[in-house]
Amino acid sequence: MIAPSAYLLLSAILFGIGVVGVVARKNVLIILMSVELMLNGVNVAFVAAGSYLGDAGGGVFAFMVMTVAAAEAAVGLALLIALYRLKETIDITELKVLKW
Amino acid sequence: MVNGILDYLWLVPALPLLGVVLNGAIALFAERPFLLADSHGGHGESSHGSSPRGTSPSASDAHSGSHSGSHHEAPAYRKLVAFIAPAVVGAAFVVALLCVLSLASRPADGRTFVQILFPWIQAGSLLVPAALQLDPLSSVMALVVTGVGFLIHVYSVGYMSHERAFARYFVFLNLFMFAMLILVLANNYLLMFVGWEGVGLCSYLLIGFWYEKQSASDAGKKAFVANRIGDFGVLLAMFLVFWTFGSLTYTEVFAKVPLLRESGVLTTGLATAITLLLFLGATGKSAQIPLYVWLPDAMEGPTPVSALIHAATMVTAGVYMVARSSALFLLAPDTMMVVAVIGAVTAIFSATIGICQTDIKRVLAYSTVSQLGYMFLACGVGAFTAAIFHLMTHAFFKALLFLGSGSVIHALSGEQDMQKMGGLRKYVPVTFATMFVATLAIAGIPGLSGFFSKDEILWQAFSSSLGSPVLWGLAALAAGITAFYMFRLVFLTFFGESRMDPEVEKHAHESPWTMTVPLTILAVLSVAGGWIGIPAVLGGSNLFEHWLAPVFHPVAAAGAAEGAVHHPAALEMWLMALSVAIALCGIGLAYFLYRVRTGKPAEIAKQWPTLYDVVYHKYYIDEFYDWAVIRRIVTFSNGLWEMFDALFIDGIVNGAADLVRAAGDRVRRLQGGVVGGYAFSLLAGAVLLVGYILYRSVVQ
Repeated sequence: MIAPSAYLLLSAILFGIGVVGVVARKNVLIILMSVELMLNGVNVAFVAAGSYLGDAGGGVFAFMVMTVAAAEAAVGLALLIALYRLKETIDITELKVLKW
Repeated sequence: MVNGILDYLWLVPALPLLGVVLNGAIALFAERPFLLADSHGGHGESSHGSSPRGTSPSASDAHSGSHSGSHHEAPAYRKLVAFIAPAVVGAAFVVALLCVLSLASRPADGRTFVQILFPWIQAGSLLVPAALQLDPLSSVMALVVTGVGFLIHVYSVGYMSHERAFARYFVFLNLFMFAMLILVLANNYLLMFVGWEGVGLCSYLLIGFWYEKQSASDAGKKAFVANRIGDFGVLLAMFLVFWTFGSLTYTEVFAKVPLLRESGVLTTGLATAITLLLFLGATGKSAQIPLYVWLPDAMEGPTPVSALIHAATMVTAGVYMVARSSALFLLAPDTMMVVAVIGAVTAIFSATIGICQTDIKRVLAYSTVSQLGYMFLACGVGAFTAAIFHLMTHAFFKALLFLGSGSVIHALSGEQDMQKMGGLRKYVPVTFATMFVATLAIAGIPGLSGFFSKDEILWQAFSSSLGSPVLWGLAALAAGITAFYMFRLVFLTFFGESRMDPEVEKHAHESPWTMTVPLTILAVLSVAGGWIGIPAVLGGSNLFEHWLAPVFHPVAAAGAAEGAVHHPAALEMWLMALSVAIALCGIGLAYFLYRVRTGKPAEIAKQWPTLYDVVYHKYYIDEFYDWAVIRRIVTFSNGLWEMFDALFIDGIVNGAADLVRAAGDRVRRLQGGVVGGYAFSLLAGAVLLVGYILYRSVVQ
């Protein structure tokens, strides 16, 4: 049996990679992927905790997060395509008109 | 129903209020659309029916075309208004009369009836009910107000028959009756003040009734502003009364006077302050020096309004208030002296102005100011009964004089200048006869109402412990001048050669019955109204004094009458004869100057041009006020505007805006538009939050 702390460590590593990706990368597509990574890091923690506590709620929440993530990916990619048609770039540092 | 008819006392003010509601509805829903449609349609006769605009520039009540009788398509609602407005006031008079008769059947010391309608203001120790009080004083006032008011309403139906805004006029007139009845019937100072302000509002609305004329709307504003100054005094006086007595109800306040006097709470200084402030209000409302200037200008209103508001009722409210507060005034000898001196000086001062005026209504206006001065003189020497007696008789003969002058103006298609009248006796016989009676009454010819009341005041001014021969002299001289200018008015208007425009003369006509009947009734009252107060020295029983004695006597006994010296009856007779002689001299002089040697007045004016000029221009008081007060206030206000408002207030407002802008300019740099930055701050925030929670859990 693998210790629960190992699952949580994996979860934290996945989440940390996602965070770094979101903050450091310029490509919007990569950023979206990083967000997925963060979400899945959390999923790992949910499933591990659910299994450890013998509670089905953890798995239920993981499915819930996946569903929302799928929807988010669909909307995010659609926005990305619209953005690319408008600006011909997906570099996030180029998209800074929203300021005063 | 223990009190019988007295339980219906509330109907007295309520009936005119009903008239306001009904006529108001008619004015809004019938007259207004009609007038609006009319002004768009622009039919030819509109300048005819509508009074002030056009035709003759000097005439404020133009009645051009009244003779032609061409009531072009008089709408049906006018008949309804012409019925409702006088009917409600007449009904109020009947109810008031029945109430007073019921009150009179009670024993003399039980003649105070209070009807509490509903609790009005309850705040801490301040309890003010909406309550009516009928006692001998308020019953005299209520009867005068409703009685004379009813006659003037009837007269107005005839006088305003060519007016387009017929319903609007009667709404204001009914509203005035309501406010005036609240004023006289209230049982506390605050409710009285509601009526006090109400009549001020109606006065403003009716003076400026022909608001399209600049001078009329200016006169309305002047009256309102002058009254505000006085109202400020009344307000302060009410604060002091409440502070001292803990109540504003008449009966409670006056009942506490002896107690507080003994315990030293109510010092003479405090009583002087309260009464002087009340008197300031009275000088505004009753047009005394220094606030009298609005009343002559108020003649811009329709003539029945001048008769009702600016002669018979509203302007006497100040006298009523002083008489009502007599218990307080008698405690303040300094105030009494101020009241007496201001009354006497006003009486003679405005009488002299009346000599040189040529506008018939302005002569009467100055005469009113002068007669009000008499009433205050009477109050000032402690003769409150005489003041109220003169108030009543004056209401009769002065209302009659104004209505008569209105009838003359009506006959002459709006002409008000006496220099363009003359010889009117044969054109308007009823008006002439009634006005002549009123003139005899105001001049103080024995047997008529004015004689008894004026002589009572003169005698009190001489004999009362607060009076003096100087005050008597001033008042007697003013009486002589009054007789002079009133007969000047009559001679210039009704006697001699006609100086009318031939065109106007052709149309000169007697007024319709709705106008002559009130004139006749008032003439009877001007003769007989004084008979209820014939003094003992002339073999009368002075019913009037006995009637008012319960209101004034307890206080008068404690105050002025105490030190009264008993003068022999012969002295009273001699003084009476002397004052009659002075009046006859005035009449004789007027006869000599305006009937015998008609060129003489112009010669005199030429001989002393400066004197004539000063009197003709009303001693330049208006100009002086303009220079001394109004300009100063305007300059001061301009200073405040430029210094305080523009620099200080605007500085605060603009400074606040500048501060926010400067802060925003710095803070906006945080919002760079780069998404990575936002994401980083989000992360930093989350890290800090989680770090804090971990730290807390570790520390615990």
